[in-house]
Formats: sequence, C-alpha cells, structure tokens
Amino acid sequence: MHAVASVRGVEDALGIRIPDNARILRNLIAGIQYVQDHVIHFYHLHALDWVDVTSALRADPAATAQLAQSISDWPNSSADYFKAVKDKLTAFVQSGQLGPFANGYWGHPAYKLPPEANLMAVAHYLEALDWQRDVIRVHAILGSKNPHPQTYLVGGMSITLDPDSESAINADKLALIRKLFVKAKQFVDQVYIPDLLAVASFYKEWAGLGEGLGNFLACGEFPDAAGTLLFPSGIILNRDLSTLHPLDHTKIAEYVTHSWYQYGEGDTASKHPWDGETRPNYTGPKPPYEFLQTDGKYSWLKAPRYDGKAMEVGPLARVLVAYVAGRTEVKALVDAVLAKLGVGPEALFSTLGRTAARGIETAVVAGKLISWLDELATRMADKDLKVHNGEKWDPATWPKEAKGWGFHEAPRGALGHWVRIVDGKIANYQCVVPSTWNASPRDAKGQPGAYEAALIGTPVQDPEQPIEILRTIHSFDPCMACAVHVVDARGRELTRIRIDGSM
Amino acid sequence: MGKTLVLGLGNILLRDEGVGVRAVQRLAERFAFSDDVQVLDGGTLGLDLLHYVEEADRVLIVDAVATGNPPGTLVRLSGDEVPAFLGIKISPHQMGLADLLAASRLRGRFPRELVLVGVEPEIVDTGLELSPSVAAQMDALLDRMLAELARWGVQPHARRRDAQAENRLATVGREEGR
Repeated sequence: MHAVASVRGVEDALGIRIPDNARILRNLIAGIQYVQDHVIHFYHLHALDWVDVTSALRADPAATAQLAQSISDWPNSSADYFKAVKDKLTAFVQSGQLGPFANGYWGHPAYKLPPEANLMAVAHYLEALDWQRDVIRVHAILGSKNPHPQTYLVGGMSITLDPDSESAINADKLALIRKLFVKAKQFVDQVYIPDLLAVASFYKEWAGLGEGLGNFLACGEFPDAAGTLLFPSGIILNRDLSTLHPLDHTKIAEYVTHSWYQYGEGDTASKHPWDGETRPNYTGPKPPYEFLQTDGKYSWLKAPRYDGKAMEVGPLARVLVAYVAGRTEVKALVDAVLAKLGVGPEALFSTLGRTAARGIETAVVAGKLISWLDELATRMADKDLKVHNGEKWDPATWPKEAKGWGFHEAPRGALGHWVRIVDGKIANYQCVVPSTWNASPRDAKGQPGAYEAALIGTPVQDPEQPIEILRTIHSFDPCMACAVHVVDARGRELTRIRIDGSM
Repeated sequence: MGKTLVLGLGNILLRDEGVGVRAVQRLAERFAFSDDVQVLDGGTLGLDLLHYVEEADRVLIVDAVATGNPPGTLVRLSGDEVPAFLGIKISPHQMGLADLLAASRLRGRFPRELVLVGVEPEIVDTGLELSPSVAAQMDALLDRMLAELARWGVQPHARRRDAQAENRLATVGREEGR
C-alpha cells in the first residue's frame, strides 16, 4: 500500500485536503486489505508454526466436529465435512509431494495441539483460500485490480461515484461490496478469531517469550470525518502502558553504520528521511557465503530509530497504542481476549501477543467496514459525489520548494514516505517501511532491532529444527520469510533436472 | 478439450529473472488464441494465482530457472517434477509457486497436465533488459512454448501481417508432424 503513503506525502507537502469520499474510499481499500492479509498470514504462513499437519491424519472427524461446534457456529462443522478434509489430506500426504509442507518440522515435540484441533485448522486453511479470493474483489471494484489497486491520485481518488452510471460506483456495486464485507466479517468472527483463541490456549508459554524491544511506534490509520484515527498514532516506551507519547516524525532518523550504504558525512551519522541518502556500498563477502561479519556492515536494510531508540511497528504496536489511548472498540476486544486466555496485559509483550493483536485488529477493522460503506452511501444519496480535489493539480500553483510526509499503517506496520519537491520536481524521496523497522540491523550505538531483540532468550529444543525461531519471526509478518527459510539447509535434496536435448 | 493456461512468471525489474513474463508478452503480441486459452503475466504473485491454475486443465509455466547450465539453456520439467524442483527454492517468487501447486494438490485440483519451460539466467540484477545470452534464446523459447501448446492441440493464429509469426507456426507444425 505504498500508493496511499506516496500520495499523502505530496498532499502533505502541498497542503492539499482530500474530499471526504476519497478518505472513505481509502479506508475501504486499506481496510479489506487488512482483513484479507491478516487471515492469509495466520492460516497460510503462521499457522504451520503451531499446527502439525501430519497429526491431523490421526484426528477423529466426529470429535473434530464436536470441537468445532463448541467454539463457533460456523456451518462447515459436521463430522462428514471433516472426514472429507481428512481424506483429501491423507491422499495429499500419500502423494509424497508436500511442496512447502515438506519443510515443516512435523512431529516436533513443540507442537501441542491435539489431532482434532490440527484437522480443524487444516480445514480452515483450505476454506480461507477461497474466502480470501472472494473478499478481495472489493479491490477490483474500487481500484481496478489486486494487488496494487490503481485509483490513488494526489488530491483524492480516480474511481468515480455516480448512482446513475453503469461504469461508476453505483448502488449495485455498493450492494456487492456490502455482501463481500459481510462475508469477510463472518469468517473473521466465526473462524479466524475462534481458531486463534483455540490455538493460543495450547501455547500460553509463548505469552512469556519473544518480547523484543518494549518500544512501539504507530503512525495511525483510518481517519473519520473529524480526522480522528481508529488506530491512533503514538509512541510507547519501555512497555510503559501508562504513558502515550505523541509521535513526532522529525525524530525519525536512519543509520547505515551496519548497512551496505554510505553517508556523505560518515557512517556513524543518522539522517532524517527528508535529508536521507541511499548510496549502496556493498562491503560483504562474495555470495554464496557461510556467514556475515556482524561487527561491520551486514544488511541491506538501514537502521531507523525514533529519538535514538529502536522501535517495533505492526499490529501489536497499533493495538497497544489504541489500548493506551482508550479506544473503546480496541480496548473491549483486548480485554475479552485476555480474559478468555486468563492472562494479564503484560502477556501482550510477546510472540503470542503479536499474533493475538493481529487477530484483534482484524476483528476491529472487519467490524468497521460496513459502517464506512454506509457513510459513503449516505453521502452519495445526498448528491456528494466528489472524489478529488484538483486545486493544486497544476504545478504552477506549487511553491518553489515544499516537503511532506506521507504515512500509512500497512498491515505489517507503520510505513512512511518522505518527499522534497524543488521547482516542481522530486529532489529527494525516501521510504521507511515496516520490515526496515522490525528487521533493522544494529545502529551506531550497537542497539539491535525488533527481530533480533525478540529472539534473545528463546529456548530452541533442537537446533536442527528451530521452529521456535520461526514462531517469533513469523509473528512479525516479515516481508522476508524466504530469507529465514534459506538459512535452513533442509530441503536441499537434489532433484534431477532433465535438459531437453531437442532444444 | 478444457482450458489451457500459459503462465509467465518472474520479476521484470531483475533482468533475466523476468524472462517468463517477457516470453508470454511476446507470445500474446504475435499470436491470438481461442477463448479456452489464457495467456497470463503472473509476475511475482504466488497464492494469488491459485485459481487461475486450478481452473485450467493444462498449465504451461515459463520461468527463469537456475540449474547451473550455461546461460540461455532451456529446461523442460513436467508433472510432479515441477513442484519437486521448486522445493529447491532458487528465487523468491518460486516459493509462491511451490505454495500454490501444493495447495491445489491438497484441494484435489492440481492441473491434469503441467509443464514448466525454464531458461537458465545469465544476469539477475536490477535492470529491464534481458542479457544477450537469454535474449538470443527468445525465439527458441517461443518455439518451445508453441510446440508444447501444439502437443495439447492448441492452435494459435498469427496476428495479421506478422510473417515471422506465420513462419514460426509453420516450422513448429512440421516439427510436431515428424
């Protein structure tokens, strides 16, 4: 969702206010993105850290049906249904071609779910594949495509609203979007959240592991008509939930001390993104290599810091900031989840807390989508169809120099784009993305980033099968999942490649 | 005869990494297909492509594959060889392809026929141009794709006034007839 951060950067630089309809459309597109992205993350990336697919083969379908019906009124929960899933899974495993499942640490003692919970999770893994495809059609309707919807403009949106036009957003399309939002919310409330709670209840020790920095940054997202953010912006330091510090983006600066870049004024300096430089300077060994010298430069990521401190961004940061700010929707859900699991707020500072926060904010956003859509429909009924403010469209109206900051809470966390404009052209442009914050290397003072800090003290039962590391890294929803897998030498089984001689 | 999907994969910002996408672009520029054939630029999408793959009976994937052979070497994999090969994870987007093939198998919707035509890359680095050794293989790659499609009974039409494309079809037809 870089598009929204980039247009907001220019809007901030030029002082452009977007129409309310554009604000709502941006919320709708980003909102359904959260819901889809987080569900995919849970079932298709993170669940395999907790769910043993092979154990599901030993599940009793009738007992699985009982379990499913005890935690949710989701209709796909009969013994016959789970038997059909088990049969499919059995045939799949017998085929011997497990694809990504082949790299799972199946049978690892760290897996704690009973076979029936594993089978239920596999069934929902499969259901989520069809569900996610359907609900993200909202992006095609509002933004022409997914991923990377195409409707963002500086000053608003390009999709037109017109109840009387077949090609614009009209009553039919609003009705279709509403149907998809209902479907999105049903799955979150009846499948994702019950599954999350069921899985979490078997892994409560992970509420005491993987904490990390204890510093959290949120830039905030989902403005309403008054400009109030559903997830507010703010800073939490040293896990102190009594104080919310305001976010001042001018306190953000990036180090390259341990990064393969160089700064004109030396590599111990830090630079605010408006003055940022991105000059690659690779000093590492020639690949392929066994290891990197971490006392020197060792990463392609810069090290962003807030007022000199390393910060965690993402769902946990957003939920904690909203919790401390007293946002009622968020606070009620957090307290309900904590009560259900029988743990206190300190449990949130953990791998499990990160994974739970992702579910909590999904439920909050899924609950908002329909009311945002209703707001748009009401405005359209009142004949307000404006989606774009073109006052500053002509570069002749711009000042000689301008600079701006565009923020967006992407599903993975706080995203910032900084732009400086001189004589109508971009003079400097820098992005600080969520995975740069969370996966950052050390800074000039040697302070680690969030991933590194979160792994310290994690017990690993079997160094050959470090599932505990994956659980914590995946809890951040890394943009770099492959890198975590690649250092694992398993799966390097030789495959015969046939060269077609006729070619 | 069911649906056929021609799926080009890769990242066009990384030179030879994008050869699969370049190949399907060229295929679509030169040839027109009937409605039961879809030529798709899959880019670097992973699971997002699941339904395209599952809706097809036959899938021809074109991609850059690093096998250690000289740059430009064409490689053919079919059926179960494809996911097995992807298990080696030679490029980030192929993690996504391995995921989606496994998911379609688990759902019992694995395509009836699956062929991957791969090209050994020379340069995988930022840039839009193919390397000389890969660029030199583009015609051979296109011929290979047409031959695979012909084997499945897919007969494209050369777009109007493209004599080169007509020749290519004629050549492929002769080779298939051998």
